[in-house]
Amino acid sequence: MNMPATKIEVETATPAATAAPVVAMTPKRAPRSEAYARMAREAAVRVVPPLVVIALLMLVWELVCRRAGSALPPPSKVFKDTKELIVDPFFDHGGIDKGLFWHLSASLQRVALGYSLSAIAGIALGVLVGQSVWAMRGLDPLFQVLRTIPPLAWLPLSLAAFRDGQPSAIFVIFITSVWPIIINTAVGIRNIPQDYRNVAAVVQLNPLEFFAKIMIPAAAPYIFTGLRIGIGLSWLAIVAAEMLIGGVGIGFFIWDAWNSSHISEIILALFYVGIIGFVLDRLIAGLGKVVTRGTAIS
Amino acid sequence: MTAYLKLDHIDKIFTRGNATTEVLKDINLTIEKGQYVSIIGHSGCGKSTLLNIIAGLTTASTGGVLLENREVNSPGPDRAVVFQNHSLLPWLTVYENVRLGVDKVFAKTKTRAERDAWVMHNLNLVQMAHARDKRPSEISGGMKQRVGIARALAMEPKVLLLDEPFGALDALTRAHLQDSVMALHQKLGNTILMITHDVDEAVLLSDRIVMMTNGPSARIGEVLEVPLARPRKRLELATNTTYLKCRQRVLEFLYERHRFVEAA
Repeated sequence: MNMPATKIEVETATPAATAAPVVAMTPKRAPRSEAYARMAREAAVRVVPPLVVIALLMLVWELVCRRAGSALPPPSKVFKDTKELIVDPFFDHGGIDKGLFWHLSASLQRVALGYSLSAIAGIALGVLVGQSVWAMRGLDPLFQVLRTIPPLAWLPLSLAAFRDGQPSAIFVIFITSVWPIIINTAVGIRNIPQDYRNVAAVVQLNPLEFFAKIMIPAAAPYIFTGLRIGIGLSWLAIVAAEMLIGGVGIGFFIWDAWNSSHISEIILALFYVGIIGFVLDRLIAGLGKVVTRGTAIS
Repeated sequence: MTAYLKLDHIDKIFTRGNATTEVLKDINLTIEKGQYVSIIGHSGCGKSTLLNIIAGLTTASTGGVLLENREVNSPGPDRAVVFQNHSLLPWLTVYENVRLGVDKVFAKTKTRAERDAWVMHNLNLVQMAHARDKRPSEISGGMKQRVGIARALAMEPKVLLLDEPFGALDALTRAHLQDSVMALHQKLGNTILMITHDVDEAVLLSDRIVMMTNGPSARIGEVLEVPLARPRKRLELATNTTYLKCRQRVLEFLYERHRFVEAA
């Protein structure tokens, strides 16, 4: 019984030893063009299907909306109507007659401010609730009720409090995006394995070091989940809030376009809103990936 | 016998609501400097609880732990623990995991360069210097445990506490690591307290084996001296009569007199 078993081992061991360097050599000798071709193929696999779907949807839309008397413009008309806006997003004729870039940048500034505040407050409150049982018992029911209030329901109240559109919009962003950040941070803190706490205890980290070296990295994946949901919600809220407060901003631009029956402009604005929402989400996801590299449970 | 580490009448009672369970009852033990002591017992007998009490991670209900005649009741680097599941921080590299403890313990007594050298010295001791920039997820289970040992050693503990350090490893890796720990003990002369449920491991590594009765209210049933000369060689011991006698004695204790009764 023993003999054949050892024999097989020897036989498999030798070819593996000689095969290894050959495997290591091949990628170096491979022609560069082949590598580019492979990269191009991979890119094509990812890019071609959505392009095909978009083209088909455009075609259907064109066919449906082409008829005379159709309520919505077909893509070709949208493009023709909004060509000026697309080509020159930077014009500024004073007041609210500005290029799309200015509207979008105004909205993004509000989101940046409100979201930053909610990230700071959300992580701080989340740590408190995750760390202290009494804070959780006291605050959690409150959070669970408050987080179900729709963003726009806060707007009249904040207008009454701040008596100005700008801080009100920022407050709405804040109050919309803060809940998922609090809740996810708290879950992350509560899920820190006892092992890590023991390590910190043996090494005698002080509370501040524990916070920086154990708590934040251990909870980072959860925190970034919260941050990602938060950025999505704040972008949702800003458009709605701006429709009501007026002034410069992509939300008001859409409302203004509707009031002046420029349906094509609305469609163009929606396109931009979608793209920017997507980019924001990717941005936070990418940041999370960089920061939490290696944090995944091993 | 001079007591270096002394466990003095330790009781541990867990209370949950109205139910109280006495886990440990009247544990008395003295350990000399430089000794390697194993605590063996069936699972659930409270040996890990005992280790946690010594480490200061839980407190004894009555009684206390004395280290060099000073009571210790909170965790500290003088009683560094090697955890069963290595407990390396996954977001730090191997080097950074060891450095974390070194930076804390030697903050005032060593310069940056000295701390760096000390970390590398300890990684070299466990033959892990080559993986200094790897993250725990990129190295094998045995390697992780080596780094765990290096982290504990680097704190220069008075007593090194090993909580089933080889429990999660495969048999070959385990034997290899046992030999490493034996060599380290030989070289550095640490006082080591190890929790285990492996009879061979206990006899091979220890100067004394503390056998615990089954819980609840687990006590120290018997303490066995292992009079084998060091350095010990695994292969030679397999036929050594003293080794076999010690092994026999522990087996009898565990499987005849205090057979494991499945808790209902």
